[in-house]
Amino acid sequence: MAAPPHRPLLILLAGLLVVASVATLAEAIYEDQVGLADWHQKYIGKVKQAVYHSQKSGRRRVVVLTEENVISSLDLRSGDIFWRHVIDKNDPLDQLSLSLGKYVLTLSSGGTILRAWNLPDGQMIWETNLQTSTASNPQLHVMSNNKVAKDNLVLVSAGRWIYAVSSIDGSISWEKEFSLDGIEIKQVLQSPENGIVYAVGIAGSSKLALYHLSAKTGEVLKDIQESFPGELSGEIVLGSDNVLVALNKARSSLFLIEFNSGRISYNKVHVSDLVQDLSGTFKLQSLSNGVIALQTPSTVSLLKLKNTDGLEVVQRFDQPAALSDALTIAEKDEAFAIVQHMGSQIEFVVKFTSDASSAMIREKVNIDQHRGNVEKVFLNSYIRTDKSHGFRALVVMEDHSLLLIQQGEVVWSREDGLASIVDVTTSELPVEKDGVSVADVEHNLFEWLKGHMLKLKGTLMLANADEVAAIQALRLKSSEKNKMTRDHNGFRKLLIVLTKAGKVIALHTGDGRIIWSNLLPSLRASRFGVMPSALRIYQWQVPHHSVMRENPSVLVVGKSGAESSAPGVFSILDSYSGEELNAMRLDHSVVQIIPLTLKDLSEQRLHLIVDSNSNAHLYPKSPDALDVFLHEMPNLYFYSVDILTNVIRGYSLQKSCNIEGDEYCFSTKELWSIIFPSDSERIAISETRKMNEVVHTQAKTIGDHDVMYKYLSKNLVFVATVSPKAAGDIGSALPEEASLVAYLIDAVTGRVLHRVTHHGAQGPVHAVLSENWVVYHYFNLRAHRFEMAVIEIYDQSRADNKDVMKLILGKHNLSAPITSYARPEVVVKSQSYFFTHSVKAMAVTQTAKGITSKQLLIGTISDQVLALDKRYLDPRRSANPTQQEKEEGIIPLTDSLPIIPQSFVTHSHQVEALRGIVSIPAKLESTTLVFTYGVDLFYTQLAPSRTYDSLTDEFSYALLLITIAVLVAAIIVTWIWSEKKELRDKWR
Amino acid sequence: MAASFAPHGHLLLLLVAVVLACLGTAAAAGSGEGYTIAGRIKIDGANAKGFGLPAKTSNTKVILNGGQRVTFARPDGYFAFHNVPAGTHLIEVSSIGYFFSPVRVDISARNPGYIQAALTETRRVLNELVLEPLKEEQYYEVREPFSVMSLLKSPMGLMVGFMVLMVFVMPKMMENIDPEEMKQAQEQMRNNPVSFSSLLARAQG
Repeated sequence: MAAPPHRPLLILLAGLLVVASVATLAEAIYEDQVGLADWHQKYIGKVKQAVYHSQKSGRRRVVVLTEENVISSLDLRSGDIFWRHVIDKNDPLDQLSLSLGKYVLTLSSGGTILRAWNLPDGQMIWETNLQTSTASNPQLHVMSNNKVAKDNLVLVSAGRWIYAVSSIDGSISWEKEFSLDGIEIKQVLQSPENGIVYAVGIAGSSKLALYHLSAKTGEVLKDIQESFPGELSGEIVLGSDNVLVALNKARSSLFLIEFNSGRISYNKVHVSDLVQDLSGTFKLQSLSNGVIALQTPSTVSLLKLKNTDGLEVVQRFDQPAALSDALTIAEKDEAFAIVQHMGSQIEFVVKFTSDASSAMIREKVNIDQHRGNVEKVFLNSYIRTDKSHGFRALVVMEDHSLLLIQQGEVVWSREDGLASIVDVTTSELPVEKDGVSVADVEHNLFEWLKGHMLKLKGTLMLANADEVAAIQALRLKSSEKNKMTRDHNGFRKLLIVLTKAGKVIALHTGDGRIIWSNLLPSLRASRFGVMPSALRIYQWQVPHHSVMRENPSVLVVGKSGAESSAPGVFSILDSYSGEELNAMRLDHSVVQIIPLTLKDLSEQRLHLIVDSNSNAHLYPKSPDALDVFLHEMPNLYFYSVDILTNVIRGYSLQKSCNIEGDEYCFSTKELWSIIFPSDSERIAISETRKMNEVVHTQAKTIGDHDVMYKYLSKNLVFVATVSPKAAGDIGSALPEEASLVAYLIDAVTGRVLHRVTHHGAQGPVHAVLSENWVVYHYFNLRAHRFEMAVIEIYDQSRADNKDVMKLILGKHNLSAPITSYARPEVVVKSQSYFFTHSVKAMAVTQTAKGITSKQLLIGTISDQVLALDKRYLDPRRSANPTQQEKEEGIIPLTDSLPIIPQSFVTHSHQVEALRGIVSIPAKLESTTLVFTYGVDLFYTQLAPSRTYDSLTDEFSYALLLITIAVLVAAIIVTWIWSEKKELRDKWR
Repeated sequence: MAASFAPHGHLLLLLVAVVLACLGTAAAAGSGEGYTIAGRIKIDGANAKGFGLPAKTSNTKVILNGGQRVTFARPDGYFAFHNVPAGTHLIEVSSIGYFFSPVRVDISARNPGYIQAALTETRRVLNELVLEPLKEEQYYEVREPFSVMSLLKSPMGLMVGFMVLMVFVMPKMMENIDPEEMKQAQEQMRNNPVSFSSLLARAQG
């Protein structure tokens, strides 16, 4: 009996629709999905030098050099980056200059590398290597008004060398090495007479040498030397055209040195005669035309030179202030700027050196409270429409942010503190309040359907260009992801980051915008120049049950100084507002911070701080925290890794402390130590499991229905050591003298569970430890390739449990107590694979319940993050897997790990100077949030086994609705048709 | 394999220049502290000659020994590392959009200036230090254009295809059946009619 002819057609149509909607579930992202779940932010870091490009037409730009070793060209109108290069940390940038109006010159690596970059697009034009003894303070001097063959010479002075380099092609036109013993060139000056260059150097500690050189050949025309009574500190500035000002070593007096036609004469001035109560260190800054600034951390004094007879104080600023360099304004006059901090405002003063006592411009600018003091100012002038001079300035603040000030207003600001993130934690957003209904978002059903129809068109590739643009805009706008409330899937969170400047910034995961920021007062530099350092950030209070109404808070730990014995600093901040709830100065140092899994009654997390005297201090200092802690204290063990002495030590805690009356202080007792022989092994890395990692299954079922129990111990520590000769860079050691030893150590007993030696291998080693496996990356010198090795560790003592008979008879050992003291019977499986790239950072995906399979997140040398399935790093991979193994999902063995371009989670972005990768579980089991930081920030959502528990954003609801409608229509039509046929049959 | 035996002194500068002139030859020059590794990066489709870098890759970095030193490629693709000690070194190229194999570079200490280079991925020995990407990297999934064939190849498509086949082939098969048997079957059908509507009715009931 033939089926009704219409039915299959309808089914065909419905089938087509369903298939079309299913096809969109794919692993990698499409190009038009960029920016949907991810964001990328570019930063440059704290600016230390800036050069304006003064061009009559075109876009105005400023080229900056930063402490993150970045050279960048910024748009002066908006602060956007035109181009940027992140130079390696081993190649520190010292000086920056412009030449011929189109080249940016940078001097790096102590004056040994000179590079020229094309100003418009940032392409490197040339690079010249200079042979110098690496000097502490190399100088770069671009010759002006040199009309020789349209070329401009660049003078580089470093140590005892001076080089003259052509700025067109980087060729060295002359070089000069000074033979005077211990000489260091401090200043290179261009004399007013054309063709002569002065070089000022200090030999030994008290001898000053002045050379007259020919600018064309570098030939020494004149050589004058003079010895000084007492020692010179090496700090020397040019006071006016022919007067140098030098500081003596005791920093008590200044020498005013005049050099005139081959003669040097000097005069001594005591600093205390000029400026009283001068405390701490100070530095000299020349502002030309005889004006010199004397800067201490808290004051600035302007001094005016009276020929060589002496100095007089013109003005003194008692607030912390920053001073710009002198800027030449048309008629041989020079201007400079002083920016002072006054409460919530900064005062921007521009003065002329010819009349330093009065101000040319005095403006007050309102500034965000959380930016701290002004650290640096770079002045620039422009011609107003009425032909007068206008001034603008780039201001670098204490929190490393960069502002452009013009006409009493902040034109733009860049939050460049985010280029130097120290640590990251997350916080949940507030729960959605009653009264705000989700339905409001989907306010208009028609609009909603229209949007989905558009998406449907896009899916079926029927949309035209305009519609595609509309779809993209619709997706990016999606207000859902940027809301300030907690969402059902746990995608919306706050990323709370701690920066090097001591600023805490909260970023929204939806679009990366800053929710709040707070420059912590306890981590700011003091008046005496002591620099505190930010260490870590932890979750302090995560309210759940009884204290649900309270806001969560985070703990910031810092040190009030650089040395390890400096006392610690605590600061507790509200996660929603950024307000500082509590700040403490600790009376002990911070060597190790151990966040415990315990909580007190108000759900504050317990933290143990170990100081330099090996005492442990408990925080928070509340009685119920102490109760909770004392109850668990006998079970607490910790370990420390001392890389300097090559020792790992394990400790337990004891209820007594040398400090009387402090019941929150505990002494530690060393239980075990592993001393590595320092002549053959050096600790390269130690790695442990993440505290918050969740493991779902304790066992692994293998192909032949056998069960392997994972050895899941929270106390597992991975340590890798390398032979001392192989501790350096690649290329420094021979395969025979290099070896790498990997250890798996139990941190409670100090027992070495597994030890494996890789001969001919060397660091740098990167490792990640998760569940019962560790993956580490190292360099194989024999194959001359990078390798990644995996060790999986299984518990053999529980292997008998799988016997069902024993289970029935009660002879199994499931009920046997599991103790950390017992010697575990472990079985280890390992394997190693080649990996193409160098690695900068490694992490593993974390999900809420640990069910989803794991992916390794590998930060490669090209600053990208690769997601590599853990299945590729399975030690049980074999060349010809059996049928059973294939069913289990074992991939056939290959000698190297695949790099699939689509699995770069950063897709076409680069996270410049990548330093860390953090994986944060979302509430949705399939998804993890990945935050990557370096100079740039990158955030994305990742589903290691695809989103099996939710429909993707791509899912077309319109298609589903149409399918259903068509099916219903088909049923009705066929029913009617069938009824008719039946009736006809009955009449027959 | 280009080898330049460089004596000390000023002659050597000349030699380096000569070696560089022969199109990106692996060059090593002995000097007080070390040797110079000079080479060239070549990305196809960059310009007419095939040498140099496309405009979008202004951020091409050349990395020595996993980050010990980093340099940038010039617009014409040239790069150089100076003062490299003798030994076995590794050069990596980072350029977004391209996959470069790391290169093993051996600088011989015994015969100064002799250098040897090989790709570590394919073990191919390079006669001159010209680095080319092994492949272009496509970071995005390519959206397949809507095609009927891709739909038909999917399981749903196959199911539908089978049904269509049944619709058209079954009647043909029916024709071949013996007319008497056919009659019998039809009579059976009439006796206990099973129809779609009655099925629905039953389901409702």
